[in-house]
Amino acid sequence: MLLAINWDIIFTQTFSQGFGTQALVFALAAIGLNIHYGYTGLLNFGQVGFMAVGAYGVGMAVFWLDIGFWPGLVLGVVYCLILALILGIPTLRLRADYLAITTIAASETIRLSVRWRGNRERTGAAEGINDFADPFYDLNVFDRIGSRPYRFLFFEYRADDLWVMLIGWSVVGLALLFTWQIMRSPWGRVVKAIREDEDAARALGKNAYSYKLQSLIIGGVIGGIAGMLQAIDKQSVQPDTFNPVITFMIWTVLIIGGAARVWSPVVGAMLFWGLISGLEAFMRELLDTGLGDSLERYLNLNIQNVSQVRFMLFGLALMIVMRYRPQGIFGSREEMALDDR
Amino acid sequence: MRVAGPVAIVLLSVIGLASPSLGQGDGQTIGGQLRVEDDTGERVPVEGVLVTIDGQGEAVSDAEGRWSIAVSEPGTYTVVLDATTLPDAVSLRDSERGALDMLVEAGQSKTALFALTTGDVGAPADEGEGITGRRVAQLTVEGLKQGLYLAMAAIGLSLIFGTTGLVNFAHAELVTWGGLTTFFFNYYGLAGVLGFLAPLPGPFGDGVNLIFAAVFGMISGGLLGYALDRFLFRGMRRDGVSLIAQMVITIGLSILMRYFFLYNFGGNPRFFQDFASQRAMSIGPVEITPKDLAAMAVSIAILLLVGALLQLTRIGKAMRAVADNRDLAESSGIDVERIIGMVWTAGAALAALGGVFFGLDQVRWDFGFRILLLIFAAVVLGGLGTAYGALVGAIVVGLAINLSTLFIDAELKNMVALLVLVTILLVRPQGILGRPERVG
Repeated sequence: MLLAINWDIIFTQTFSQGFGTQALVFALAAIGLNIHYGYTGLLNFGQVGFMAVGAYGVGMAVFWLDIGFWPGLVLGVVYCLILALILGIPTLRLRADYLAITTIAASETIRLSVRWRGNRERTGAAEGINDFADPFYDLNVFDRIGSRPYRFLFFEYRADDLWVMLIGWSVVGLALLFTWQIMRSPWGRVVKAIREDEDAARALGKNAYSYKLQSLIIGGVIGGIAGMLQAIDKQSVQPDTFNPVITFMIWTVLIIGGAARVWSPVVGAMLFWGLISGLEAFMRELLDTGLGDSLERYLNLNIQNVSQVRFMLFGLALMIVMRYRPQGIFGSREEMALDDR
Repeated sequence: MRVAGPVAIVLLSVIGLASPSLGQGDGQTIGGQLRVEDDTGERVPVEGVLVTIDGQGEAVSDAEGRWSIAVSEPGTYTVVLDATTLPDAVSLRDSERGALDMLVEAGQSKTALFALTTGDVGAPADEGEGITGRRVAQLTVEGLKQGLYLAMAAIGLSLIFGTTGLVNFAHAELVTWGGLTTFFFNYYGLAGVLGFLAPLPGPFGDGVNLIFAAVFGMISGGLLGYALDRFLFRGMRRDGVSLIAQMVITIGLSILMRYFFLYNFGGNPRFFQDFASQRAMSIGPVEITPKDLAAMAVSIAILLLVGALLQLTRIGKAMRAVADNRDLAESSGIDVERIIGMVWTAGAALAALGGVFFGLDQVRWDFGFRILLLIFAAVVLGGLGTAYGALVGAIVVGLAINLSTLFIDAELKNMVALLVLVTILLVRPQGILGRPERVG
């Protein structure tokens, strides 16, 4: 029975997605979240809002403002900065779970307002904005050999994917370097002190509020860049792609890797996307074998709902990791023993 | 409507399911025009109605009632009309036909026809601009209705927070659970849950009336709440899992449950067997369906009952004591774990009943999640951890979002709740009925 399964497809899915564009977008967004949650202890449940703002910054620059693609990248960063200020100023003085509720509410507000039909000329409303990243792809160094994808061992990518990956993973590398450097600087030590004991940091004369705001801005801008990369990758920004489930996925990525470790977002994203894509490919292959009929009959599993099983597994994985190994793969338990303050 | 190339890159591709090579063809669309005959027999367009194709996108009908959604590739799609976005006087002629299966071929533009009908009075033009006394009255009732239903869900969330300190993101799924189990009881009776009872007659093998089904739904809600506390959260409290970790676990639980619902229930909205297509009746200036009126009366009665129980009974006093100060309650001899178990049970049962009431319009696999932020807004507004605060907050939120449509586009009304949330945190973070204490 097992021989009938095409393992080649499963491995190709696993490895291609594990290193693919989705993984890099989530890795970068999780690097931002790591600065928020891992290092500063901020419960940001609106990371997808920063991604949305970054992505729409680029999209709207082309679609509405008509100032071109490259200035749009700058605009996206500026929008993230503004969002972090709007979000942080009222809530960073409050208890941690209030920040969680406010940030998730803010990300939904952003999604609802960009998809509002009244914003049709500005954001394209529910249809979003498409095909705005041509200047980026014009610089592609990989030949588009027909429409055939590049293939190497278990990796399979189109030329455009490779170009996004080259730039994207470079950005991820820079972000890692930045995180590593900033967290061993005096600034990083203060931020970690705030995470451990905000009152103690305050007693030492540190302006905890200001440091938390700075952390929110830095992590938010990194999240915004992740959103831009996603928009470039898909050549499209769509309001409904920025829903809260994405934030939860970013959290899962971070928690799998282990918060407050420089490398963990990257490892977490690769594992998350690799495993989840491989698992889905496996289930699809399984449905093609002789087992398919009985799976359909008894479990009601079929090609259409196989992706829902994947979501269930993702929820379950989040629960299990958080219950039994909240520090993830690399984290240290003592460092992440933070409780609500 | 501007359709620039393929716009189908929605959820599926975000989660990496769709390969990056989504078709770049000219694309195909599904669209239509929503119109309804008014009293004079004239066909008038219906604006502002939400039409969805799962995984493809949504559209809102424009001033001419037109809508269109681009789909990524040829195939069969289910087009769903969100009946809750219909103007008050307008309803689907056949409530079963709120979801249509459409076969689209490459490059084709298909038309989906939804048959609409008006209630007793009023053309959809009533939904138009301007602040009339009639509209204010109608929206106040709508807001009160939504507020009462929200309160059912919010009280449990608030009390669970009060007694355990846990912000339960999976609370919305308890609301959905109530709606869905009631649906199954309503259609299949007890056999729907216990297959071996199917050959039996009456309440076992067959569907039961919605009222009994709602009671069963409430019981199963309470059971689920109890089980979640007993087998999931109690162990975590014992092992000292941090509250933040527990909160993230409720997020995982919420995703697990939501997609479990989708897997078992399907993506289409469905309707209870009884009272599905009631016509609105007019009471003074206000139009309301009898089922909503009854549900409002029941929820007021239940909320009063909850208040009385909390205020007068020993258990209720113990619940408030634990919410107030856990350590003090424990040292005065209250079995805190038992009380927490009861709070979970009662809170989940109330949420389930709220789910039944919300489900009177339509039952969907994710309708709880859609109101999660409204529940949060209500709870924070009233004061996190207080039962009465949640009630007040829910009604304020319900009224605020509905009355806001006097001034702003109905599509944006849920944003009002979120703005209320942020404002209250800025001005009075302990909420309306919360005690001022350091929350920073």
